[in-house]
Amino acid sequence: MTISFNQSPQNARILSVGAYRPPRVVQNGEIAPRIDSSDEWIQQRTGIISRHFASPDESLIDMAFKSAEIAIARAGLTFEDIDAVIFATISYPFQAPSAATELLTRLNNSTAAAFDISAACAGFCYGVAIANDMVRSHTAKNVLVVGAEKLSDYTDPDDRATAFIFADGAGSVVIGVSDHVGIGPTVWGSNSQTRDAIVLNPSYLEYKNNPGKLDIGWPNISQQGQTVFRWAVYAVAPIALQALAAAGMEPDQLDAFIPHQANERIIDSLVKSMKLPESVAVARDIRTTGNTSSASIPLAMDALLTERPDLHGKSALLVGFGAGLVYAGQVVELPPIPQKSN
Amino acid sequence: MALTQDEVLAGIKEIVVEVAGIDAGIIAMDKKFTDDLDVDSLSMVEVVVAAEEKFGVKIPDEEVTKMATVGDAVNFIVNNS
Repeated sequence: MTISFNQSPQNARILSVGAYRPPRVVQNGEIAPRIDSSDEWIQQRTGIISRHFASPDESLIDMAFKSAEIAIARAGLTFEDIDAVIFATISYPFQAPSAATELLTRLNNSTAAAFDISAACAGFCYGVAIANDMVRSHTAKNVLVVGAEKLSDYTDPDDRATAFIFADGAGSVVIGVSDHVGIGPTVWGSNSQTRDAIVLNPSYLEYKNNPGKLDIGWPNISQQGQTVFRWAVYAVAPIALQALAAAGMEPDQLDAFIPHQANERIIDSLVKSMKLPESVAVARDIRTTGNTSSASIPLAMDALLTERPDLHGKSALLVGFGAGLVYAGQVVELPPIPQKSN
Repeated sequence: MALTQDEVLAGIKEIVVEVAGIDAGIIAMDKKFTDDLDVDSLSMVEVVVAAEEKFGVKIPDEEVTKMATVGDAVNFIVNNS
């Protein structure tokens, strides 16, 4: 028996990006009293001035759909043109079926391949890597990659280490066929020995089996700030530089740097550690969006392109890093000026 | 050869000046990083990583949390270099 695969690899690129931020803006002043903090302290520690929280009746999928419909329209495609959906999230409240299939029902698309990935703040870059490989190998033609989170459902408003960091939002890109290389090689991996540094605890089973126990409550995010900061800066900077080198580029050839928006202090230290020249535009969407985990890179990409339309079609280094600890980075060509704009 | 306390203190002063942007004159063994030198928990990570590079020592995260004063850091480095 001979199995044939007669198609040679084809190139892929990001065709479009779409973003959705829930309308409710939450200032530091609203967060600070419950954690005995202040606007100044939060800004100094994180660079965050405000963030968006979804309302109780606005679901993760509501947000994801709004970002997806913008991205699909900007690519000049219809919902039916999407033949695969990769949904990166850690805050979909169902184990099964997947968030990706719920999103498909909103898109009135009943046939596309669809699945979720759990790679936390690296999830979007994992999705870009997988989508690129799918298009390159003809497994799919137009892949919708979504990063969406409703972290306000999984954040303890009384936790002094996390309450001011996490937020809600959704971002989508469509990755499709290109006549040139639009996505460079992905450098990815993990440091699972530091798996405890960021966790959603307790497990659903512990919660179920211990009703009424005050110390075993609803699973919320907790993190060891210093451990995460140290890893995010000093381990991730070399990885980001490896992704740049893998694309055959030098730092002075890069147009933009869009890291996961974890904390502006991490972004500052990464830029310093990587010795990026001042000519590189650095995404700092964290200031008014907070940390939206898997959604942060597409949200920051959309914000950067809104602020700097000249960056459409230019190069950007993406790097995601987070709970796992897992990481992924790649150089991409930013999407062109939209064919249709919503 | 083991480092002396004076050598390490001089090195730590350089690092703290660089990270926190403060005057070297106010840095002394009894000064607290957070309260006296404007080095918060995240800046402390930058100080520690720079100190590891400068002195060739490994400073684990659990030790970092115990380092309240400049003297705590200097003594750890002297004892572990």
